[in-house]
Amino acid sequence: MSKFLTASIGRKFIMSLSGLFLMVFIAVHLGLNLLLIFDDSGDLFNQGAHFMATNPLIKVMEPILGLGFIVHILWSFTLEYQNWKARPVKYAKKNMSGASSWASRNMLVLGALVLVFLIIHILDFFVKIKFTGDPSLTEVLVAGEHMENTYALVSGAFMSSTALCVLYILGGILLGVHLSHGFWSSFQTLGLNNKYWLKRWQIVGQIYAVVVALGFAIIPLYFMFGLYN
Amino acid sequence: MADKILKQLKIKVWRQKNAKSKGRFETYTIENISTGSSFLEMMDILNNDLIEKGIDPIAFDHDCREGICGTCSLYINGRPHGPDTEVTTCQLHMRKFKDGETITIEPWRARAFPVIKDLVVDRSAFDKILQAGGFVSVNTGGVPDANAIPVAREDAEESMDAAACIGCGACVAACKNSSAMLFVSAKVSHLAKLPQGKVEAKTRAMSMVAKMDELGFGGCTNTRACEAECPKSISIMNIARLNREYLKARLSR
Amino acid sequence: MSILDSKIPQGPLAEKWTKHKATIKVVSPANKRKLEIIVVGTGLGGASAAASLAELGYKVKAFCYQDSPRRAHSIAAQGGINAAKNYQNDNDSVFRLFYDTIKGGDYRAREANVYRLAEVSPNIIDQCVAQGVPFGREYGGLLDNRSFGGVLVSRTFYARGQTGQQLLIGAYQALNRQIAKGAVEMYNRHEMLDVVKIDGKARGIIARDLVTGKIKRFGAHAVVVATGGYGNVFFLSTNAMGSNGSAAWQCYKKGAVMANPCFVQIHPTCIPVHGDQQSKLTLMSESLRNDGRVWVPKKKEDAVKLQKGEIGPNDIADEDRDFYLERRYPSYGNLVPRDVASRAAKERCDAGFGVNAEGKAVFLDFKYSIERLGKDVITARYGNLFQMYEKITDTDPYKEPMMIYPAIHYSMGGTWVDYNLMTTVPGLYSIGEANFSDHGANRLGASALMQGLADGYFVLPYTIGDYLADEIMTPKTDVNAKEFAEAEKAVTDRIEKLFNIKGSKPVDYFHKKLGHIMWEYVGMARNAEGLKTAIKEIQEVRAEFWKDVKIPGELDNLNPELEKAGRVADFFDIGELMARDALDRNESCGGHFRLESATEEGEAKRNDEQFTYVSCWEYKGEGNEPVLHKEDLVFENVKLTQRSYK
Repeated sequence: MSKFLTASIGRKFIMSLSGLFLMVFIAVHLGLNLLLIFDDSGDLFNQGAHFMATNPLIKVMEPILGLGFIVHILWSFTLEYQNWKARPVKYAKKNMSGASSWASRNMLVLGALVLVFLIIHILDFFVKIKFTGDPSLTEVLVAGEHMENTYALVSGAFMSSTALCVLYILGGILLGVHLSHGFWSSFQTLGLNNKYWLKRWQIVGQIYAVVVALGFAIIPLYFMFGLYN
Repeated sequence: MADKILKQLKIKVWRQKNAKSKGRFETYTIENISTGSSFLEMMDILNNDLIEKGIDPIAFDHDCREGICGTCSLYINGRPHGPDTEVTTCQLHMRKFKDGETITIEPWRARAFPVIKDLVVDRSAFDKILQAGGFVSVNTGGVPDANAIPVAREDAEESMDAAACIGCGACVAACKNSSAMLFVSAKVSHLAKLPQGKVEAKTRAMSMVAKMDELGFGGCTNTRACEAECPKSISIMNIARLNREYLKARLSR
Repeated sequence: MSILDSKIPQGPLAEKWTKHKATIKVVSPANKRKLEIIVVGTGLGGASAAASLAELGYKVKAFCYQDSPRRAHSIAAQGGINAAKNYQNDNDSVFRLFYDTIKGGDYRAREANVYRLAEVSPNIIDQCVAQGVPFGREYGGLLDNRSFGGVLVSRTFYARGQTGQQLLIGAYQALNRQIAKGAVEMYNRHEMLDVVKIDGKARGIIARDLVTGKIKRFGAHAVVVATGGYGNVFFLSTNAMGSNGSAAWQCYKKGAVMANPCFVQIHPTCIPVHGDQQSKLTLMSESLRNDGRVWVPKKKEDAVKLQKGEIGPNDIADEDRDFYLERRYPSYGNLVPRDVASRAAKERCDAGFGVNAEGKAVFLDFKYSIERLGKDVITARYGNLFQMYEKITDTDPYKEPMMIYPAIHYSMGGTWVDYNLMTTVPGLYSIGEANFSDHGANRLGASALMQGLADGYFVLPYTIGDYLADEIMTPKTDVNAKEFAEAEKAVTDRIEKLFNIKGSKPVDYFHKKLGHIMWEYVGMARNAEGLKTAIKEIQEVRAEFWKDVKIPGELDNLNPELEKAGRVADFFDIGELMARDALDRNESCGGHFRLESATEEGEAKRNDEQFTYVSCWEYKGEGNEPVLHKEDLVFENVKLTQRSYK
C-alpha cells in the first residue's frame, strides 16, 4: 500500500478522494449558509448552526473534515513540486491557451487563494463561535431551545463591512473556478470515466461549480444590497 | 491554393552543443520560403544556408516525414508540433506562418528527455517504459489461429485508437507537468482492450507506471493539453482506463 | 556460377520448405546461449528476427540508426499485409498467393522462395494477432479482409491505414520484451559502417555511435543485415530521410553479391514535387485508385493554362478530359499495376499534358465517385487520406481533384541470398527489403510487410541454425583481432577523409544532383544511351563530391551532415551499379522499362529467352568494374506469360 501512496497515480487518487469529500462538505455548508437569506429572523440559520454544533455524527466528522483539508492541501503542494521538478528547464515561449483551460493549469494557485480565504473565513466565524466568543454571540431561544445567535454574528459582519462582502464574493467565485476543473477531474482520476461519461461529468461539474460560486456569492450580496428586512 | 513566398522570417532557435553544455537562443534570418514548403524543408534550407556560411547546422530529429514514425519533435511558437492540430512537425507547412514573423523553436523540455544537441532530445525513457511491460508475452510460433478468439469490433477499434500512438513525446512536451500518462495509457489501453493483452493487464499497468515514475515524468493533473496537442488525437479516456486498471491491480493484492 | 549456390531444396514445390526444415541442422539450447548474433536494422524484418532469435536463446545485439527501434520505416506502410488464409472462402490458397506474387514480379523471382513466403504467410497473421495487433474486424468479431493491388481474392489484412505501424509495433513489443529480459542488447543511434570478416566468415560489425561519434567494434557468430532499401539514391523518394543502402553496400564490398539492383518500384500515387525546395515525397495509398479516376486535359492549351494557373481543373468539361488509363487499358482501367500506371502518367506529362506548374502531375478525381456513392461513403473510405492531402497541399480533394505523380518507393533488388537467406559471405544474412529474394521485378501491394515478417519470424530463425550448428565450437569473437582493427581503421580513415575535404557545398547539393541523374536516366524509362550517360555523369558528380563536399560540425559529436555524407558517398556507387545492371538487362520487366524493349503500343516487352536470370554483381575493388554472375531462374510450376491489362 505504501507503494501505492507514493506512486504518481496513488497521489492523485488521494487528491481525488479528498477533493470529492470536500465537495460533499461544500454542498452541505452551502445549503446551511443559504438559510441566512431565507429567514431574516435568523431562526432557521441558528437552528441549522446549532444542529451542526451538537449532532454527534457531525462532531465525529469535524476532525475528519479538518484532516481532509490538510491532506488535500499538503498533497497538492508535494504533487505540484514533483511536477515542477519534472521540467528543470522551462520553455521560453508557451502557448497553452488553446490546448487546456486556465483553471486546469492553475489549480494550485486557485487552491492557494481559496486557502487564504478559508483562513480568513475560519478566523472570522469558526474560531469565534468555537473558541474565543464574540459580543454578538448572545443566547437566543428558538423553538424552545437555547442556542448561540450565530446569525447575528454572520449577518452583522456582512452588514457592517462592504470589504468583507467583496472578499466573500471573490472567495465563492474562486472556489467555483477551482471546482469547475476539480469535479470531473476527480472522477477521471478514479478511472470512473469513459467517452460517454466525460461530457456528463463535465456538465454536472460546471453546474455544481456555478451553483457553488453563485450560492456563496449571493449571501454577501444579499446583505450588501440590504435585501433583508 | 496557390503558394506564396514568405520574403523573410526570423528563426529563433535553441542551440546547445551537447548534453553537458549550456544552451542559448540564436536568431537566424531566412528568405524566400514558399508557403507550400513543409516546416522541416524550411529547416533544411536554413541548414544549407548555415553550412555555406560556415555555421554548424541545427540538429533536429526527423525521419519518415509522413507523420508516422514519431521522430520529429519540435516545440514551435509555444506548442509541440507547432501551430496546427493533428499534425506532426514534419506535416506542418509554412502557410501557417506570416511573412516577417519570428518563429521560436525549442526542444521538448522534460527531465526525462534530456537534450542531446540543439533540438534533439533523448526519448529512450519511452522505450524503457514499454520494456517494463508494454507487450504480450508470447513467443514466435505456437500461437492459436488468428480467428480462434473473436474480438468485438468495437473493442478492436478502441484498441486501434490507442495503438495509433507514434511515441513522439508531444504529450510530455505539452503537459505542464511533463507527464507521460497519455503515452503510457495508450499502450495499456491498446493491449487491455484485446483478449490477447488482457491476460497481463494488471501487471502491465503496475510495472509501466512504476517505470514512468522512476524515470522522472510528472503526474497527470487532467489539463488535457496532451490530448489537444497529440498529432494522433489519442484520447484522455485512455488515462481514465489506466487509472482504473492501476487501481484494480493495486486493490487486488 | 561457382559463387552462387541457391541451395534450393529438391522435390515438389509444396514440399520443399517442409523437407528443408526437416533436414537442416538445429542448435541445442545449451549451445544457443553461447552463440551471438548481430541484427542490423529494426524494421519488420530486423525487429522480428532479433526478437525471435532471442526467444530461441541466442544472444542478440540489435542496432538501429534511429533513436528507437520503433521508428524504422516499415512503420509508414499503409495498406495491409497479404496472407493466404482463405478466411473469405473465395478460393484463395498458398498456391494462388504464390502465383500472384510470381506473376506480379514479372517472373523474375525464385519459385521456391516465393512459395515459402506464401506458405508461412498465414502464420504471420496468427503471430501478429497473438501479439495484440488490432487488425480490422467484422461485426462478428472475426478478421476482415480487403482486396488490394488488382488480385482476384480478398486476402489483405489491415489495421486502418496504418498496417505497417501496427505490425512494426507488434514486432517492437516482442523485441522490447527480449531487451527487458537481457536477451537482446539494443543499440539505438548506432550506424553500421562495415562488416568484419575473419577467415572468410562474417564475425562482426563496425558501428558509429551517432551521439558521441565513437567508432565501436561488435563481435558475433553471425551478422544479419535488415537495413531496408536504397530508394533514396534518387534523393526524392517515399523512403524515410535516413533510409540508406550503406550497410548493404559495405556487405557488397566485403564480398556479398548484389542482385538485380536496377529493380526499383515507382509508386504512381504520390503527392507531386513542388518547386525546388522539397526534401521528401509523400505517398498516398494505392487504394485511392479504387474510387478515383485519373485524367489530364485532352487539349494541350488547357494543360498550358493549368500549368500557368489561369484555370482550375473544374473549368475543364468532362468531354475535354482524357482518362488515359481507362482509354489505354479498358479492362483494368484505373486499377492497372503500379508500374503500368506510373509509366502512363509519365508518358502524358512528357507529352506536355502535366497539370501543375512544373508540368509533372496528373489528376486523381473523386468527383465521379462522390456523385455515384455520396460524400459520406468516400469520407468513410478515405477520410484520413483526404485530410492528410489537404494538410500538405492546402487543397480540398472533395472539391478539386488530387494531383499525383509517381515516385520511387521500394527496391526489389538487393543483396543476393540463397534459400537460407545467407549472402555469398558465410555467416552474413540479409532479410526483408535489403535482400532481393521474393518480389522479382515488381512487388505487389501488401507484400512487403509479409516478406519482412516471414523472413524475421519464420525463415531466418530456422535457417540460421543450419550455419550456426557448425559454429558451436567457435569461441566468442575477439574484437581485438587484427581484422577488427583493420576494419575500424578503414572506417575511421574514410570518415576523416570525408570530413577533411572541407569543400564548399553541402551534402544535399550533391545528393540532389545524383537524384536528378537517376530520375532522368535510371527512372521510369531507360535506354542504353541514357544509362551510359548516367554512369558517366554519376562518376563526374562523385569526383566533384569527393573534392568539394563541406561537412561542418565535429567528428566526436552528433553530426547529421557527416552521417548523410557517408550515405551519399555510397549512393553514388549504388546508383552507378543500378545503371550498369539496367544497361545489361535489355528487356522490359516489372518496374524496369527499357525503351528498346517495348511493343508497338509502347507496352513493356519481356525477353525470357535472354533474361530469365537474376543479375548478380560481384565487387572487384575500387576503380574496377564489377563482374556479372547469373543465377538462372527455373520455372517448373508456372507458365511464363506476357502481362496484359488491356
